[in-house]
Amino acid sequence: METILVLAHTESDGSIAKSAREALHVAAALRKSIADSQLVVGLIGESVQAAANSIAACPAVKYYGVAGAAFAQPRYATDAAAAEALCKAAQATVMVAPATSRWSRVAPGVAQRLGGRVDTHATGVAVADGKISVNRWYYRQRIEASLQRATRPWFILVDVGAQPACECGAGAAVVEPVAVPIAEALTRTTVLGIRQPATDTQTIRPEADLLFVAGAGWTKKQPDGQTHTAEAGKLILDFLNATRASLGSSKSLVDLGGEGQAVLPFLSHLNQIGQTGATPRHAKGLSACCHGEEPHTVGWRFINQRRAISLDPNCGWARGKADVLYVADAFKVLAKVNELMATR
Amino acid sequence: MNTAYQIVVCAGIVPDPLQTLEPVTGPSGPALKNEMMLPSVLDPWAGHALYEAANLARNCPGSKVWLVSLSPKVKLQQVMMTVAQKAPFELVPLDGPSSGFAEAAEVAAALAQAIEAIAGLDKSRLLVFGGWESASRGAGATMQMVGERLGIVDQFQGVDELKLHPDGSLEIAERIEGGRHQISRCAGLPALLGWATGNLPEPKNNPQTGMANMRGAIPALQKAKPVKLAGDGLSFASVALPKQLRETKIVRNAAPEDIAKEIVAWIKS
Repeated sequence: METILVLAHTESDGSIAKSAREALHVAAALRKSIADSQLVVGLIGESVQAAANSIAACPAVKYYGVAGAAFAQPRYATDAAAAEALCKAAQATVMVAPATSRWSRVAPGVAQRLGGRVDTHATGVAVADGKISVNRWYYRQRIEASLQRATRPWFILVDVGAQPACECGAGAAVVEPVAVPIAEALTRTTVLGIRQPATDTQTIRPEADLLFVAGAGWTKKQPDGQTHTAEAGKLILDFLNATRASLGSSKSLVDLGGEGQAVLPFLSHLNQIGQTGATPRHAKGLSACCHGEEPHTVGWRFINQRRAISLDPNCGWARGKADVLYVADAFKVLAKVNELMATR
Repeated sequence: MNTAYQIVVCAGIVPDPLQTLEPVTGPSGPALKNEMMLPSVLDPWAGHALYEAANLARNCPGSKVWLVSLSPKVKLQQVMMTVAQKAPFELVPLDGPSSGFAEAAEVAAALAQAIEAIAGLDKSRLLVFGGWESASRGAGATMQMVGERLGIVDQFQGVDELKLHPDGSLEIAERIEGGRHQISRCAGLPALLGWATGNLPEPKNNPQTGMANMRGAIPALQKAKPVKLAGDGLSFASVALPKQLRETKIVRNAAPEDIAKEIVAWIKS
């Protein structure tokens, strides 16, 4: 028998995020597929009652909560203590949580404390012959594997956006409080706040439908023999503002800044997709002036519909990776796209 | 106050990203075809951790950097020929698999044991660095387990910035969702930082540093402790390359206006 514990943290307004509902969807499906299993929910936050109420219609048999001001902060020491206490209280054998930065920071350490194992970045979780299988990628999204574990407890962190969100409704949940003593050693770290780019340079939008991938071609010499980096920057920003797309970039474009070349000022390593960057999930992806392997294979792994604009009709990385390849000057096309978007 | 740090960097090696990877099933589970023949590099994010450590040590007199690596020692020696030129460090090699399919908990146990065995290590001056994820397993799990085994509960992942304050506290910027950073202040050492990209460029090769490092690294590699990873309780049902190859429609000789209209319609669909 498996006791499946969904771990979720509350947001600053006391709610739970969509990613937590995605983990709940996975856990509920596991409970349905494994005979004699039960689902329990463990919540962490300053206050957890409202979050529990918001998912009260889910098939959980019990709700546990660790609440208090100390647990409002995403901090390893207190989060680990809270998660450890929840797992012990629930006597859980399988823990499912969303792969948010908060859970990704802490879940492996908790697995270590409990003598368990952890699998992160799960893109699929299924049950076959009564055994749980986790799908995840290795070597930066180049090799996909399906694995099973005999060891318990087993922590599974589900990649955000990889699963549908549970649509269970609200109600009145009874939350059993779990006490976690706050020793001085647990609060040596204080979260001072969140630093984010200025609104006009905030180009990473995980919830966007479209990912726009800018390649190093934007900063190269154009047919007139000159570079037009400032114009490229304006075109891209106008496009992002008009479409509310998220911006990804190739490593080579980001690295140009470190080599003293003119670069797009709003780009940072956080925009980078591919081998040493992110592998974001968006419904659509459009790349322009991008000829590298990484964005089109690794970075685009979880993009459903893909189109590319490139001057090279034989671009080996767009061919076979994109649905449509436009052989055209991205400066001209994007300018026209921006005009059209502005008039609609 | 004492500003000398003992910085231990955990870093594996991975196949060069430009190599084509093909999974095979070996006697001990999944592996890469011709794995020992593939050229390797230092794991990229762990590399950033090493550069940050070296920079910190350079600016804080009396500090020292150790590089702890669990890798096949023949491959590690090859990688060290380049990496040793980047920054001064003492190599602590463990001779074992660097496969992405190895169990993170077992790797963490071996690394923690090696760190504990470093002579003269003072945990009150200890910073443990590593990459927040590897380019092989990509789990982002090993460092936390190392920290737990060492009793370090001030842990940070996806670190892009570390500032040291005169009172001994540390200010750390960690990557979180949406291209943002969470800024935290840690009262003091020990602490564990899983680095993302950081802010430092890759150091230029310095042959003198390389020679100095290799004088210690070669004997250490010869004496590297063998480590076997059993993978207990873990089984792989399938390991495969993605087979998806798209039928790409090539649009040539279309006017920018027409392409733009098609793209806008697609975006709005």
